[in-house]
Amino acid sequence: MIDLGRKAGFGLTARNRAERRFQWVGRFAIGISLSFLLVMVGDIMITASGTIKRTEIALAVDLGPDRIDPADPQSASYGGLVKASLRDMFPNVTKRAEKKRLYNLVSPEAVFEVARIVAEDPGLLGGKRQIWVSASDDLDLYLRGKIDTDQPQKRRRISDAEIEWIDALQDADRLRRVLNWKFLTGGDSREPEIAGILSALVGSALSLAVCLAISFPLGIGAAIYLEEFAPANRLSDLIEVNINNLAAVPSIVFGLLGLAIFLGVMGLPRSSPLVGGMVLALMTLPTIIIAARAALKSVPPSFKEAALALGASPVQAVFHHSVPVAMPGMLTGAIVGMAQALGETAPLLMIGMVAFIVDIPTSILEPATALPVQIFLWADSPERAFTEKTAAAIIVLLIFLVSMNLVAILLRRKLETRF
Amino acid sequence: MDDPIITARDVSIFYGDKQAIFDVDMDILPNKVTAFIGPSGCGKSTFLRAINRMNDLIPICRMDGELRIGGQDIYAPEVDVVALRVQVGMVFQKPNPFPKSIFENVAYGLRIHKLATSRSELEDRVEWSLKSAGLWDEVADRLDQSGNSLSGGQQQRLCIARAIAVEPKVILMDEPASALDPIATAVVEELIDNLRKKYTIIIVTHSMQQAARISQRTAFFHLGNLVEFGDTKTIFTNPADERTQNYITGRIG
Repeated sequence: MIDLGRKAGFGLTARNRAERRFQWVGRFAIGISLSFLLVMVGDIMITASGTIKRTEIALAVDLGPDRIDPADPQSASYGGLVKASLRDMFPNVTKRAEKKRLYNLVSPEAVFEVARIVAEDPGLLGGKRQIWVSASDDLDLYLRGKIDTDQPQKRRRISDAEIEWIDALQDADRLRRVLNWKFLTGGDSREPEIAGILSALVGSALSLAVCLAISFPLGIGAAIYLEEFAPANRLSDLIEVNINNLAAVPSIVFGLLGLAIFLGVMGLPRSSPLVGGMVLALMTLPTIIIAARAALKSVPPSFKEAALALGASPVQAVFHHSVPVAMPGMLTGAIVGMAQALGETAPLLMIGMVAFIVDIPTSILEPATALPVQIFLWADSPERAFTEKTAAAIIVLLIFLVSMNLVAILLRRKLETRF
Repeated sequence: MDDPIITARDVSIFYGDKQAIFDVDMDILPNKVTAFIGPSGCGKSTFLRAINRMNDLIPICRMDGELRIGGQDIYAPEVDVVALRVQVGMVFQKPNPFPKSIFENVAYGLRIHKLATSRSELEDRVEWSLKSAGLWDEVADRLDQSGNSLSGGQQQRLCIARAIAVEPKVILMDEPASALDPIATAVVEELIDNLRKKYTIIIVTHSMQQAARISQRTAFFHLGNLVEFGDTKTIFTNPADERTQNYITGRIG
C-alpha cells in the first residue's frame, strides 16, 4: 500500500525543518548586511547634505574713486575694502580683537571674490555697490543650527558677539543660501567654505586612465599567453603562483616600489597622475590577469577545436574565437581592478599624491591628488565644516564608482555572445 | 581499384605511457565512406584524430609509424599543420557552430585561408557549401541569424558546410550523428552518401546499423588493435575474426 501521508521513518520532519532553518539564516544574513549598508549610505548622505548649499553675505563695498583708482583697479587694497564695509555695517565695533572677529564673518576668499567681480565688470566702479561674498564656515554652521549655543562661550567656535552680528545681518536680509557649485567646480582649499572636489576628481580620472591604458593591454595579453600558449612547465607554474600571490600583496608595497623605481630611478615627476597610474597599474595587473585567465578557461574548447580543425593557426583560433567569447569576463575583471585602484590611498601616499593641490591638473605630468586621498586629507582637518566635505567627497567617489560599473555592465551586455 | 589516398603503416599512438593504438596498417580508398567501429575506448577516435593531427593539441600524446596522405608523410617536420587541415576537414561529435551568424560560420574558413577574393565570391561559396550540405533551403532567408538558433541536426549540417567550404579532400567525422534524433540522423546520413562523390569520408560511429547503411569499407578496432578491415558487406555478413563476429552480433561491446 502506498501512503503519501506517511512521514515517519524518512526523517522528513527534521529534514524540512533544516530546510526552513537554512533559508531563514540566509535571509537574516542578507537583512543584516542590507541594514548596515543602508545605515552607512544614509549617514553619509545626511552628513553630506550640508554641502549642498553655502552661505553668502551681502557687503556694501565702496568702489568710489578715492578707494579704487579707475585707471588701475587691480592695484587697490581689496582686503581693506572688505574690512571697511564690515566696519560700516557695525560701526560700534571698535576694539581691535572684536574687529578681528568681525572680519572673520566673511571667508578669507571674499577679498578675491570682490577683486574678481570688479575685474569682470569695471562698470561697477564709482560708488557703493552691494556685492555677495562667501561667508565663513562657522557662520554657515551657526545658521544651520550646527553650533550648540547652550554651551559656554569659550567652548564653542562662535562668540555671543558674533551671534549678535549674524542675527543682525539676517534681520537686514544680508544673508542668503545658494547652491554650492563651488564644491563641484573648485579645487581644494584650506577654507572649508570654498574647498572643492574637482581637482581630486580630475586627478583620480587621469590616474585611472593611465592605469587602464597600462594594465588592460598588459594584463589581457599576459593572460592570453599564459592560458593559451605558454608551455606547461615549471616556469609557467612559478609565474602562476607568483601572480596569485601578487594579487594579495598589500598595496603600500606597490607604492614603495613606485617610489623607488618610478621616482627614484626613472625620475618621473613626483605627485603626478602618470606615476600614480603606473603604481595603480602594478597593483591592478594581477587581478586583471587572474580574471582574464578564468574567463578564457570558461570558453568551451569546442570553438577553438573547430577553428583549428578548419586550419586556423593557434593565434587565429584564440583571437577569433576564444578571446571574443571571453571578453565580457575580461572586462569584468578589469573593472573590478579599476574599482580597487580608484579606492586606493596607500600607494598614492608613497609617491606624493597626498599634496595640497588647489589647481585642477590639466595633464598627467602635473601634481595632482586623488579622491580617496582628498577624503583622507579632509577627514584629518580640524574644521567642523570639513566633516561634511568629507561625506560629500565620499559620495562623489561612490558616484564615480557606480558610473564606472554601469559602463562595464553596458559594455558586457553589448559584447556578450550566447552559445 | 583506385590507389589509396591515406596509408597508415605501423601506426602506434601513446598517451603518456599508455598505448592507445598498436601497429595499425590501413589503406583508405578515395571517394568511399570508411567507417571505424568498435567498443568505447578502442582507439578509433584517437586514430581518426591522428589523420588531421588534432592529437597535437594533447601534449602527452605521441605517435610512432607513418601516416601518408596522397603519398606525403603528414608528420614530416616540413609539413605545416595548417596546410594539412585545409586538406583534411573535421566534423565533431557535438555540433559546435561558432557563436556567430550562419553566414560567418561557413565563411570563416574561406576568410582565414583567403579563398575568396571578393564579397560576391565569398557569398557564392557560402551558398554552394550550404547547398552541398543540404541546408540552403532551410537557412537562405536567415543567414545573419546565429548558428545556435538552428536545431541540432541543422547545426551539424552547418558544421559540415563549414568543413566543406574550404574544399578539403578528406572529411573526418567523429560520431557526427550521435547527438541527433533519428530523423536528423537520416538526413545527415543521406548527406554523407552524397558527399562521397567529391570527398573521401572517414566516420567513427557507435551504431553498427549506421556503419552498414552508409559505408563501403569498415574497420573494426578492439583494444587499440585494428582487428579487421575490409568491405562493409564482408565485415557484416562474413567476418573473418571471431571478435568482429562477437561485436557485430552484440556479444561484446
